[in-house]
Amino acid sequence: MKLVLPNPGLDQRIPNHEDLDRMEKEEVDDRPKWDNKAQYILTCVGFCIGLGNVWRFPYLCQSHGGGAFLIPFLILLVLEGMPLLLMEFAIGQRIRKGSVGVWRAINPYLTGIGIASMLVSYLITLYYNTIIAWIMWYLFNSFQDPLPWTQCPLNENRTGYVPECQQSSTMDYYFYRVTLNSSASIADSGGLHWPIILCLLAAWTVICICCIRGISTSGKAVYVTAILPYIVLAIFLIRGLTLRGSLSGIKFLFTPDLNELINPATWLDAGAQVFYSFGLAWGGLISFSSYNSVHNNCMQDAVILSAVTAVTSVYAAAVTYTIIGFRATEKYDACISENIRTLLNTFELPEGNITTSNYDEAFNRLNSSHPDTILQLDIEICNMHKLLSEGVEGTGLAFIVFTEAITKMPGSPAWAVLFFAMLLCLGLSTLFGSMEGVVVPLKDLGVFPKKWPHEAVMGITCIVSFILTLLFALQSGIYWVTLFDDFAGSVPLLAIGLVEMIAVVYIYGADRFNEDIRFMIGRKPNIFWQVTWRVISPLIILVILVFYLVTQAQEELTHLVWDPDSEEFPSLSSVPYPSWINIIIFLLAGVPSLTIPVYALCRLIFVSCKKTR
Amino acid sequence: MSRLCVGSSHAYKVRISIKTALGNQAYVWNDNEMYLFRAAMAFALRSYHNGQEFNVSNIMVCNETPRVSFWFVVSSPENSSVLLKKGDVENAIRKSRNRINGAFLLTDQTLEFIDIPPTLAAPVMPVTPPWLIVFGVVMGAVGAGIIFLLVSSLVQSKRKKNKKTLDEDREDMRGIENGLGCDNLGGVYNTTFSDGDKFTPM
Repeated sequence: MKLVLPNPGLDQRIPNHEDLDRMEKEEVDDRPKWDNKAQYILTCVGFCIGLGNVWRFPYLCQSHGGGAFLIPFLILLVLEGMPLLLMEFAIGQRIRKGSVGVWRAINPYLTGIGIASMLVSYLITLYYNTIIAWIMWYLFNSFQDPLPWTQCPLNENRTGYVPECQQSSTMDYYFYRVTLNSSASIADSGGLHWPIILCLLAAWTVICICCIRGISTSGKAVYVTAILPYIVLAIFLIRGLTLRGSLSGIKFLFTPDLNELINPATWLDAGAQVFYSFGLAWGGLISFSSYNSVHNNCMQDAVILSAVTAVTSVYAAAVTYTIIGFRATEKYDACISENIRTLLNTFELPEGNITTSNYDEAFNRLNSSHPDTILQLDIEICNMHKLLSEGVEGTGLAFIVFTEAITKMPGSPAWAVLFFAMLLCLGLSTLFGSMEGVVVPLKDLGVFPKKWPHEAVMGITCIVSFILTLLFALQSGIYWVTLFDDFAGSVPLLAIGLVEMIAVVYIYGADRFNEDIRFMIGRKPNIFWQVTWRVISPLIILVILVFYLVTQAQEELTHLVWDPDSEEFPSLSSVPYPSWINIIIFLLAGVPSLTIPVYALCRLIFVSCKKTR
Repeated sequence: MSRLCVGSSHAYKVRISIKTALGNQAYVWNDNEMYLFRAAMAFALRSYHNGQEFNVSNIMVCNETPRVSFWFVVSSPENSSVLLKKGDVENAIRKSRNRINGAFLLTDQTLEFIDIPPTLAAPVMPVTPPWLIVFGVVMGAVGAGIIFLLVSSLVQSKRKKNKKTLDEDREDMRGIENGLGCDNLGGVYNTTFSDGDKFTPM
């Protein structure tokens, strides 16, 4: 297919194949290089496997028909994730620049794509590092026995617990009150919460030291941050399988409900999850593969990375649900015991008269003989299904559900340390990639003077970012994090990914791209890649983007808040956003997406002004 | 008397859960245990009201159920038809709660006095919050690492600069023999003997 837009001057902007071979042999340029292939693969794996694999994929899996969700996930991984992944790897390896450099070389009008990637990466880095700061807080607090989230503080006359803690749970109280001191809505900022400020400081300095010399330091750090999560997941899998009730969790997760395949929302969620979990359109992957040798087999890398991501997602989901199954079983038993106690006390029956095995028949017997009394007692119905499906997504999973499960395991501080160390490593390895996607474009754009060393650039970036993230240290910080997560990390990435594919296939030229890949790895990509690059993947991304915009525009914007005074307490109550939030949403989602056309337009005006003069 | 025992403003309900507390080692509740209870109550009242000599006969129990729960009232030692007010009884029980629990190997949750809230133990809180210690360790390690990396990069760049000036000096030295530069002699540089491989190798 010869459908290519005219692109004059392309050959002057990028080195041709002979130059690439010569540069490779002479090792002329002072571009950083990977120490070995393992470092590169581990960095990419660490970048792709992040917190989302632990707390988003298991939730999607379970809520969209369990084992059946794997079908749309794997199909879209192959049709959408792998093609875009190979494209980013190949274009970075070929043009040998960061994301801004690559798009500027393809066509100067497309530099906006690189800038948009940088902006999105930066916004995501800001709120992601705040979550790292929360994880660090929990990690620092895990070195004590008993764990601080197992106890409620007492009220004044020491006859009971603080009502906020009494009505919810110690884990909720510890997260929302002690850790965050959250206010009741995003409009109510409150003051800064100093433990979070200290943890943010720790988080930014750790990132700074790991990335301070680019991949020569972060490449060493990934040996720990990319491998440790797998080890810890294995330990938790073994521990989880020995706990009571874990198999009910796994069964719940993987029970397929094939009816969900007809629901379009399942396919949309699967497509979005594939997109986000690969770190596509962040710019980090392009940067990383530009440090490879020219003849590195990027096609093999793309397939390996896709397989590793898919397997890890399923693996993490299995481990998560053994723990959730255990917690649900414990809560179910506690619920039944409580009901038994209530019945024994009300009817003055001797202990041991009602046990868990004869609970149902005893309850029915009492209900038929004394229905009014039973009604008055307000006995809670213990529902295992409800317990298995509650609060299992996002920050709630890690900081509330998992911490509760850990407190019930013997030797809890050790398990807590392991768990939060794993989350820390997962988050850090993703941040290495996103910092790469921020700092390299900044250097390419010339924001910093050329002779400043990389250390200075990284240091300044970290200090400025630390000051900006103080926004999340406010009492309304968690609502800001959720806002950023919903809007900065969703629409812009899809838009950038779509434009990237169209730019490479139709502006750079798919035929030229095929030739480049034949030069780099020795064979032309086969028909599968051709079809997906040209038609299927852009179409899938376009469909997801359109549906996403349509559903977002129709919904009223609300957020869930922790409000002790509300009626639904301890459940989070849904509160509408204030009206000024629309400006913020536009800044988060609109500005990065619009950078692409706006930059092209500005450049057009600038060039035509110069010509007329 | 039983009219006054249950549910009046002077009576307390007690609920005992021995099996929950002790499991396999649970003892059977019988009249002897009840006597011990009445004696423990008398002890508690004696320790609270210093001077008044309460006896087991002042503690009257009624409405015992198989759950093991019952009501009791306390009469004054001076006049057995006068019952003690709830407030006095409550304070006495709260003061000696641990001793009463200990006599029966039970806890606040398994030996319940309905309407008397237990005095809860304060949550364990060490003097220095442990998280600050870990935080300090991490920050110290990271700070030391940053300083080490910065110093090592400075040393490396200084070493490179020294090497570069050394190379430059050597370059300058090439054409200077006897302290005279080639250019000063006014000659022409003969490229045949230069070591540049710009020409076809043999």
